[in-house]
Amino acid sequence: MTTNTATTQDGASDFDARVDGQRLMKAWYAGLDDANARGAHVANVFVMGNAVEILRAFDFELVFPEINSLQTGVRKASEEYIRLSEDYGMSPDVCSYVKADVGLILKEQKHPAGQIPKADIAIASNMCSTFIKWAEIWERMLGTPAFVLDLPGQRSAGFEVRQGDAQHAADSRWVEAQFRDLIEKCEKLTGKRLDLDKLAEILDRVNKMVAHWNAVMELNRACPAPFNAMLDGLTYIGIMNVYRGTDEGVEYMKNLEASLRARVARGEGRVENERFRLLFSGTPCYVSMRRLVELFESWGGVFVYSDYLTFAAGGMDAGELVYDTSRPLESLAEITTLAAQRGLSNQFFAHERLAKQIREYAVDGIVFHGIKSCRFVSSGMADTRDYLGSRLDAPSLYIESDLIDPRYWSDAQIKNRVDAFFETLERRVGGAPMENQPAAQRRRSLL
Amino acid sequence: MPQVDESGLNAIFERCNMLRQAPVPPELPEGFTQPFGHFPVYFPEELAHAVGLLPTAVLGGGNQLELKHADAHMGSFVCSICRSTAELGLNGSLKSLAGFVTHPICDAAKHLAGIWSRNFPEQPAQILYLPQNVNSSGAVRYIASEYQRLRHQLENMAGREATDDDLKRSIRIYNENRRLLRELYALRRDEPWKVSCSESYLLLRARTRMACEQHSEMLREALAALRAREMPAQDKPRVIFLGGFCEQPPLEMLETIDDTCYVVDDDLLIGLRWLTEDVPETGDPVWALAESFVERSAASPVQHDARKPKEGYLMDMLRDSRADAALLTAAKFCEPGLDEQVAWSKHLDQENIHALVLEFEEKSTSFEQMAMQLETFAESLLFSIA
Repeated sequence: MTTNTATTQDGASDFDARVDGQRLMKAWYAGLDDANARGAHVANVFVMGNAVEILRAFDFELVFPEINSLQTGVRKASEEYIRLSEDYGMSPDVCSYVKADVGLILKEQKHPAGQIPKADIAIASNMCSTFIKWAEIWERMLGTPAFVLDLPGQRSAGFEVRQGDAQHAADSRWVEAQFRDLIEKCEKLTGKRLDLDKLAEILDRVNKMVAHWNAVMELNRACPAPFNAMLDGLTYIGIMNVYRGTDEGVEYMKNLEASLRARVARGEGRVENERFRLLFSGTPCYVSMRRLVELFESWGGVFVYSDYLTFAAGGMDAGELVYDTSRPLESLAEITTLAAQRGLSNQFFAHERLAKQIREYAVDGIVFHGIKSCRFVSSGMADTRDYLGSRLDAPSLYIESDLIDPRYWSDAQIKNRVDAFFETLERRVGGAPMENQPAAQRRRSLL
Repeated sequence: MPQVDESGLNAIFERCNMLRQAPVPPELPEGFTQPFGHFPVYFPEELAHAVGLLPTAVLGGGNQLELKHADAHMGSFVCSICRSTAELGLNGSLKSLAGFVTHPICDAAKHLAGIWSRNFPEQPAQILYLPQNVNSSGAVRYIASEYQRLRHQLENMAGREATDDDLKRSIRIYNENRRLLRELYALRRDEPWKVSCSESYLLLRARTRMACEQHSEMLREALAALRAREMPAQDKPRVIFLGGFCEQPPLEMLETIDDTCYVVDDDLLIGLRWLTEDVPETGDPVWALAESFVERSAASPVQHDARKPKEGYLMDMLRDSRADAALLTAAKFCEPGLDEQVAWSKHLDQENIHALVLEFEEKSTSFEQMAMQLETFAESLLFSIA
């Protein structure tokens, strides 16, 4: 197994995706730690539908509460925060991210990574219904005003909207009206006027990041896959979210693409002998993700794609999602609407996206991770699995744990299920190494 | 209007109870070609009514339905109403529906549209994205455009046009029904000994299985008989019931509450009473419906509206109904309901107002323990307010 360190033609010789990613995340937390003391304006935002571009144009420091919560899991501290919130009254049956955040509030914003500043405004989209309830909790407990960004999503199966058609125009007009309201609120909060040129520059940087990001995702169609979507990929989306629209973000994504491209050229895979190409559907279990990936990689199984990398990175990899910087606000509304429909709310019709990705990534099997904490990904999962199994004959494994609540991780049980899944896969598709064949040329792909 | 006595009233309740247990309307009234299904909370029924599709609230399977198929399609952590709705679809009980609409009230509800599309592709299903930001200036325009889209789809399903006049007629019919429902709730508030929560609920819920105009006729008869009832007021505390906006508590649970409390207001099936005043009967009917959604509507834990903080409408309900206490219920696994329950109970603690926190499931069948809790709660309330 190798790391994503690479020498690239453009001089990024010392780039290490993991180390550089960690450095950037550390720097972000350091910026948050003294944000209130510096008098910086702070906004709470979520990873799906967040108007980050507008907030950056007003120089808001951005807090991503989902990332704060997942970081309590990664740092093995989540249980303490969750238990605090349950003692406060939160139900065992609600999202553990929310509970960890309520625990954070009860601990006066003291996070393992540093002090989390109190926000001046919270943006909550309707893409995940829990976002709105979460923002209402901040309204009550911290007095943070909530701005709900309502994004009209994918209405039905096969619902297709193209830029400029009547449906897209109506939906974009609604989103733009809300952006104008948000801008007015930001202007009042910060005392600044929106600088459209600055907004256009931010959009331009997002365009560059998205172009690199799409290339990164596409590179994993190679065989062997250069990265594991559910381990390396988790670092990448952290940067996609936290540094969206920044120079650092563009630089990271550019180097990442170059390093992965070099790995593909050298025929290096994430695992030495890639035997099974897998698709992961659902959220990670951040308290045990390394262990979970190890269970799969020990069989030569690599997660080549995950829908998590789409919806948790803002849904911008669905194609044609490029901002027109000559009309920044209108274009922001238009592309945000499309991203919401093609990359976020299409989770409710997950079979459509998964069927496409199974083909494009030459997937041997799907791993569904259902969790009580996230109805957004989990409620239709069993049905999607049933559909893909019966219509596409796609072998799959369904496991349950949680995002960050370690009490739901059962190592022996999950290992048994993973082992049984691979035994079935071996019987079904064989287990010989891929010998660097591009995915599209493989004979034993599912479809 | 014929006068209805107590035995006539009982016959109405029996009919309502029969309708409550029917997954779809047992018969199609004249003028309607097919039932059209919608999930809680609010759906603009006038749009379906105007094309002759019978609006039919899909409310899960209650506590008489055995899940045989749904377990394989929805995780065990999903609320009962979503799972049993899937079951009703999978076992064929809803096959007569011309289509099915769900709403962005929660993520599990949104997934029902996907489940429908995968399992019943012949029955058009969609999410009607009613906005969670009704405070933005473009909200009415956006809703109106969504309603127009839906109107055309319903016209295609029904094979007939809904003219503006058709829509205005439907709005008039629903306005009359809304007025009668307001009267029913006013009676409960002012003379709760004349109509119990479970009786009122049966009357209200019947609208989900019959044409609105028929329902109004039945309500008029029932209201006259209820007003004429000669029943003495009992020594029971006045409470409000919250938590019935989506998944429905079993009727037996409401009857258990009736045994010890007067429920003087509630949010049961609040979507049927979502528009709190008459919808304008002149001008553009689609715009009138959209504008009513934004400007003259109720509140629930699954609708964000900066003008209606959740604690605010809780306190309004308590004040307006002159209630002594609140029953704060939530359906098991209902994330928005469970979140709200915490916030409400904290708030009432601060306000020194009594509250009883209860969790329910539509499939529950045993209420002995709840009865004991309620009895203790009612006794302590009567003692504290004496």
